[in-house]
Order: sequence, then C-alpha cells, then structure tokens
Amino acid sequence: MKTLRTSLALLLAAVTASAFAQATSYRDIKTPPLRSFAMPQPKRIALPNGMVIFLEEDHELPLISGRALIRGGARDVAPDKAGLAGILSASWRTGGTQSQTGDQLDDFLAARAASVETGVGSDSASVSMSPLKGDLDAVFPIWLDILRNPAFRAEKIELAKTQAGAGIARRNDNPGSIAGRETTKLGYGSNSPYARQSEYATLASITRDDLVAFHQRFVHPNDIIVSFIGDFDAAAMEQRLRAAFASWPRGPQAPKAPSAFANAAKPGLYFIAKDEVTQANISMVHPGTTRDNPDYPALAVLNEIFSGGFSGRLMTNLRSQKGLTYGVGGGVGANWDYPGLFRVSMATKSGSTLESLAALRAEVAKLTTAPVTEQELSLAKESILNAFVFQMDTRAKALSQRVLLEFYGYPADWYTTYPAKIEKVTAADVQRVAKKYVHPDQLAVLVVGNEADFEKPLASVGTITPIDITIPEPPQTH
Amino acid sequence: MRAVRIAVLLLLAPLAAFAQDLASFEKRTTVRKLDNGLTIIITERHDAPVFSYATVVNAGSAQESVGITGLAHMFEHMAFKGSDRIGTSDWPAEEKALAKVEETYAAYDRARRQETNRDDAKVAELEKAWRDALAEADKYVVDNEFSQVVDRAGGVGVNAFTAQDITAYFFSLPSNRFELWAFLESERLRHPVFRQFYKERDVVTEERRMRVESDPFGRLEEEFVSAAFVAHPYGLSSGVGWPSDLASFSATDAAAFFKKYYVPSNIVIALVGDVKASDAMPVLEKYFGRLPKAPAPEPLRTVEPPQRAERTVVLRESSQPIYMEGYHRPASTDPNNATYDVISMLLSSGRTSRLYRSLVRDKKIAANAGGGSGYPGEKYPNLFVVQAVPTPGHTPDEDATAIHAELERLKTEDVPADELQSVKTRVKAGLIRELDSNSGLALELASYQTLYGDWRELFREVDRIDKVTAADVKRVATETFVPLNRTVGKLESTRGGAK
Repeated sequence: MKTLRTSLALLLAAVTASAFAQATSYRDIKTPPLRSFAMPQPKRIALPNGMVIFLEEDHELPLISGRALIRGGARDVAPDKAGLAGILSASWRTGGTQSQTGDQLDDFLAARAASVETGVGSDSASVSMSPLKGDLDAVFPIWLDILRNPAFRAEKIELAKTQAGAGIARRNDNPGSIAGRETTKLGYGSNSPYARQSEYATLASITRDDLVAFHQRFVHPNDIIVSFIGDFDAAAMEQRLRAAFASWPRGPQAPKAPSAFANAAKPGLYFIAKDEVTQANISMVHPGTTRDNPDYPALAVLNEIFSGGFSGRLMTNLRSQKGLTYGVGGGVGANWDYPGLFRVSMATKSGSTLESLAALRAEVAKLTTAPVTEQELSLAKESILNAFVFQMDTRAKALSQRVLLEFYGYPADWYTTYPAKIEKVTAADVQRVAKKYVHPDQLAVLVVGNEADFEKPLASVGTITPIDITIPEPPQTH
Repeated sequence: MRAVRIAVLLLLAPLAAFAQDLASFEKRTTVRKLDNGLTIIITERHDAPVFSYATVVNAGSAQESVGITGLAHMFEHMAFKGSDRIGTSDWPAEEKALAKVEETYAAYDRARRQETNRDDAKVAELEKAWRDALAEADKYVVDNEFSQVVDRAGGVGVNAFTAQDITAYFFSLPSNRFELWAFLESERLRHPVFRQFYKERDVVTEERRMRVESDPFGRLEEEFVSAAFVAHPYGLSSGVGWPSDLASFSATDAAAFFKKYYVPSNIVIALVGDVKASDAMPVLEKYFGRLPKAPAPEPLRTVEPPQRAERTVVLRESSQPIYMEGYHRPASTDPNNATYDVISMLLSSGRTSRLYRSLVRDKKIAANAGGGSGYPGEKYPNLFVVQAVPTPGHTPDEDATAIHAELERLKTEDVPADELQSVKTRVKAGLIRELDSNSGLALELASYQTLYGDWRELFREVDRIDKVTAADVKRVATETFVPLNRTVGKLESTRGGAK
C-alpha cells in the first residue's frame, strides 16, 4: 500500500515537474556539484626569536585586525590566586601604558572607532587591535605598548576586583549557569586547573605584583603568535612587524598543559537546591578525550548522531517527541591539548525531573547498546561533510584556523584532511568509540532545582550527595 | 528557535555607513517584488560557495491579543515541522487525523475552561478522546524531517526568533543547495502543517520557564514591561506568552494567525552570498510565486496613551539586585530617532560612555550600566531603557540616583563637540564592521526593508546621525527624561549584598 502510494506520488511528481518545472519533493531537486574554491591561506613568517606571524590580506572593507596570542592562561595560575586571569584580563588594557593612562587610551581610541583589548582565557592570553585602515599608524604603537609595557595601574586593578566580586555575588542567581559551572567541577574536580573558581578570599590575595609576574613569565616572542588580517599590503605589514619585534629577545618556554583531572567526582547522584525556579537543570558528566585522538572523527560522527542540529537523537526524542525540554544537548568533548568531558545537559519543568532524568540516562545508555542505523550514519556524515565549507568560508576563518593549529602544534593540513577521515567512518567505528568513550555507569549526575516540586523525591532513584554552593563570606579585613 | 528578542535594540538596530558604501552595495544588490507582493533582496558576494538568508515576517508578539499571547512565537516553532510534503508518511491520512485532533481538542478545552458547573468526568472523557486523536496523528509524523533535510545539506546556524515587531527565520547553506533552499523555505510558507503542535506547546512552555521564570532578569523584565504599557500590546506579555494561554491555544488559532499575517506582501527575504541574482530570480519566482496573493493585515489600532503617573514594580527575592527604568519615546520612524541613537551611544557605548564612567568606573556602584531605545520593540512607540547591575553592598536606589544625574546632564549641558564627534565616528565604523558577515547582513537587510520599507535606510540612518547637534540632544532629553514618563523596575535582594 505504502509502496504503491509512494510510486504514484513519484509519478505525479514527475508529471508536475515537467508541467511546471518545479519540484514537489525535495528528493527531486538536483544538487549541482559545489564549485571548487580555495580560500587564500595566510602567509607564515617565523622570526629568529621564535615569534610566528601570519598575514592575510582582505581588501573588501577598510578594516584591519591584529592579535598577539600568548601561551599562558588561567590554568597556569596558582590555586590560591584563582581569579587572577580575570583580573588580568580586565586591567591589562585599562591599566594603560607607562606613558598613557587607560582612560586616555579609551578617549583616543573611541574617537577613532578603534579598539585595543586584552583577554586572558584558560590556556592563552591575547592582545588585539582593530582600527579603521587609515588609523593603523596611530593605533599600532598603542597595541605594541600594551603588549610589552603595560603599567597595571592600581586603581584599575581595584576596579577589576570590584567587578569580579560582583560576579561572585551573582553566580548563584541563574540555575543554568550553576549547573554548567558545577558540572565542570564534578567532571574535572574542583581543584583542577580547568575548574577552579575564584572566591572573595582568592580575589583579595591578588596583587599588582602577581599581574606583573604573569606578564614577565609569559609574554615572550617565542610564546607568541601574531596574526593580522585586513586591508593592508602584506609586505609592508611584514616590515612593520619585523621592525617591532625582531630585536625582542627570547624568553623561557611556556609550560605544557597541566594535568586536567584532580579530585573528579565519584559516579553518583548530586543535588543542588535552588528556589525561585520552575525548572530543574539536569546534567551528566565523565572524562572525555583530546582532538589528536585518532578516534576523533568517529566521535564527531557519534556526537552528530547524538546531538547534531535540530535532528539529533536528543532533540528528536526528548524535545520533539516527548516535549520535555527546550534545550538539550551533549556529547564526547575533545579539547586541543587537554582532555574534554563527556557531558549532557537539559532543563525541564520541576514536575518532570525524574522522568527526564530517566529518559536522558536511557539516551546515554542507548549509545553503547543500540546499533547506529544506516540512516543515522549517513545523515551525520553528510551533515558534517556538506557543512565543512563553513569552516573556511571567510579569510578571517582561514586565518584563525591556521593560528589555532600553530598554537596547539597540530599539522597545518589538519582541517583539509578532516573530510576524508569523516568519510571513512563506519557504523562499526561509531559503535566501537561509543563503547570506548561513553560509560553510563561512571557518570556523575547533577540535578539543580526545587525538589519540593519534583514529581517524586530524588532519593527514590539513588543516594543523593548534596552540594553546598553557599558563597564563602569575604575575609574580614579589620 | 530562540524566542523573544528582548535585548535592548541599540545593539542590533541602527548602524549605518556613507555614500560610497551605499553605492558599492547598491551595485551588488538586487531587489524584486514578486507579483504576489513578496519582496526579495539579493546581495552578491562570491568569495566562497556559500550563502545566507533571512526571511522576515512583518508580524510578531505585538500582533497578539489577550487569550493568544505567545502565539507568534509558537508559530515560529511550528515552521520547523514541515508541510504537506515534508514531515509526513501519508498526508491524506495525516490531514484527517489532524482535523480530528482539532475537533476533539476544541471540545475538551471548552469543557475544562467552563467557569461554573464544570463536569470533571466529562472533561476526562473529552481529554481521552483528544489524546487518542493525538496518538493517531502521531503515526504519520516523520520526525524533524525538515531539519534533517537542512542538516544533511550542510545547513549551519539554523534558527529563528520572534520579536515584538517581526519574526525571522535564517540559516546558511553551500550555494549548490540554493534550489533546495527555495523549495524548503517556500514550502513552509505555502502550506505549513501544525503537526505535534501540543508537544511543541510544552517545549515553548519550557522555554518560558528557562528565560522568564528561572532567571531574575527575565522575572523582572516581565513585570516591568507589563507595567510600562497599559494599552499597547508591547505590554501584553514578555512575548513568550502567559502560562494559561500557552496551555490553551490551539493549532487552529495558529493557523488563523498564519493566514492573517504570513501573506506574501508582509514578508521580505534577503539572500547574501554566492547567489547570482540573474540566475536566482527565476528560481525564486518559480517557488515563492506559488504563495497565493492575499490582503495585507490591517495596521494596529491601539496607540499607547501618554503616561500620567510614574510606575514602579519591585521584586523582592534572594537574587542579587537589578535596577531598570524606561521612558516612553516615539517609534523608530520618528524624525528624532537619530538623536535617540546618539543619546544611547553617549550613555552606554564602551568605556568612554557616561554611565560607565559614572556608575562603574568612578562611583563603583554598578558592575555594568547601559541603555538604549527599542524596548521591547521599535516599530511602535517604545521605551528608552536604562539598566544597572549594582555591585555588592550597593542598592538599586543608589544606581538610580546616579543614572538620574547623568540624564539631567543631558538636559542641561551641551554635549562637548569632541564627544559628539566620537560617537558619530563610531556609528559609521560600526556599520562597516556589520557588513562583514553574510548572515548578519541578510538579517539587517530584511529587517530594514520590513521596518522602514527600504533596506537603504541601514545606510541613511548614519547620515541622519551625522547631522544630530548638541541642541537636539538637549531638546530630546528634556522632552523624554521626565519622572511622569518613567517606569521603574527593581529587584531588591532579600539576602542583601556581600559587604
């Protein structure tokens, strides 16, 4: 019956198509081959002092962007100084240079619609600039000066600490952010360099000397990648950068990535009480892997099947079919130079918390037990392969990918060889990596919510370990 | 499918450039109005074989009324459920089953909402009939087929949002999928099918719980906007709708909303990227020309009356404090719009802004402070809003006092020439930077065409901003920032901030 109807429909479609030259099913639409294109790759320049420079001309708009990416970040900071990266991030640029205060720079740059900004992340710091083309000569020296001679004026460090203190005070206001943060702490352990959180006490201990020490320890040419993109002549820019950096002597080598896992949580059920909310946030976590793992392409396909786009299993089963959640997602995490986490998360109304918990557990278990269908495999692979063009569809993306590979010491052709690796992934590969990297019995499961409104007590599904997220009071100064 | 764009529109809306950029863009841009009234804009950019699009429908939450709050957003979700040709295993059978769902739901919903003498046994019986009908209709659903086709084709950034003024749909595809896109997008405008409607209603209700109920900013903003507007639909709900409406409205209601507002003359589609207008237009006419011509919806009647009393809402809960206040101002098509833009920039653009320097840098009473127009929309008279997040140990009232001092300065002191010039320069550069991304540009072009009737307004706004004088700023500030024209929203912490 169904076959008959289908073929009849196809026949009709064919008739209609010829009559109106317009498809009536997406299956009838022909896909011409994608025209081949090669995004121009940036020019790589290695200075004798170890600095690497990438230049990419882009003349479409009268803009220039530059960045110095520095090895060193929050993960390299001592535990009792947790929060230093944030303070540094906020006060490096605002603290000004030896010759100009940050406020003077603010006015000067704003008048030119230009920016010079600093940021410090988990594994890197950056000093970036973005002027209009005509203001390059005015802005370049400021960028250089912030990079090499920051003044770290005390009042801006104090301001940054006030701001960071406000962040601590507010960190328990939104249940989604509580869940995200605490899941990371469960996964790596609260003492991990990738999960440590700042407290009023650690903030109070941070001094100007600590910022100066960070700068002295990490800001050396051999630990910096400089990249520029925009409306400039590459030869002239090269000359400018050589003149600025060639005489800068080498410093010590930046440390390797510290080990990620510290006091990671034991498998089990964890609970954080949160009033004034109507939803429970549920998450599950255990260790993941790194991107240089040969299993990474198979894991990427697994993740796509599990949680890709709006058509992955989690969205289809928990959102579209069951109506349990608005946001659900997850997968095996893989970072560039330290292990990621396998994590899944969702939010659901308080009254369907246990139902959702069970449904989410079932989806995770299914990864390791149920076979991947051919339809799922082809959907996942085609989604990744057809969308691959978006990895490199602008010069800016081509540049930032190239910088990323250089920064983490990956081969320069890592992206270009990736599609071929995806094509080779089989259903058996996906099955194998699911069993190898997903462990339903090793999950730390976290629920954040208002238990009085749950449909059943949480204790009915396991022994609960409560997590106290009360914010420790600031140290007494008098 | 993120909901309700509540962000202060200053961030998104009026950035612009100058004559040369407009000229270069005009050369690459083709605008065509199809016979059925649908407007198409194509801006060519052939660097890479990809394109982005945005479909903007000139209808949003402001087109709702009591009883159907949240319906515009609900329809947006349904637009991902396919058509009579996508998402079904057997359309004739599914069509019958869906009709039965609506029939049984209407009976059940009516009975359960009965105000007096409700017959609970009857309600249970009718509910069962409805649930049986749902189960039957579910048999014909091909789950997420629309999304699967887009994902498989390499779609990225697949999303949509519902604002007070507009509803927008957008994603990017490799350019060899252009015809597939034209088919898919026209299908869901031609014959959307409201399958799994009641499941998706639950999803939308979860979205409400996440954005509004479980977030202190969401809770405050819902109270604030309801207080600020007494007549105009901007104040009818936060946009995501009230729980009772979300638990009651039907697919039949959604179909009526679609029929009224999703007519070709009320829709603009912008494409940016590797699409050649001369090749694309015939394909677009072929697919989008299928949409039947229909009368444009009647413009909204209700205009918010002048405010006669200052209004204040106070939330008291354990979260950290928040302060916000809003002043009524005219729609964005008003001649003073550029002056409001300048005032927004003066108050809140970057570290040189007045609110940053006063509240954050000098007084250290706010972790951040800023504001702008377009709250909660801009098509109709709206609010100029200022928000501040007090630092620990400081109260919303302290922030309010400092904000009022800055608003007074705007009324009494001329803006220094260099400060005004700095703002104007940043507006120009802001537009240039905006032009960089295909997807961002597609959304801007379609939004400007929708709200101003001409995409070129994106550029012209800059020229208007360039002409704003210190006297304009003083005049508009004096008219706007008066206590009687103010609504205040405060979240006062019952826990007190850390000292």
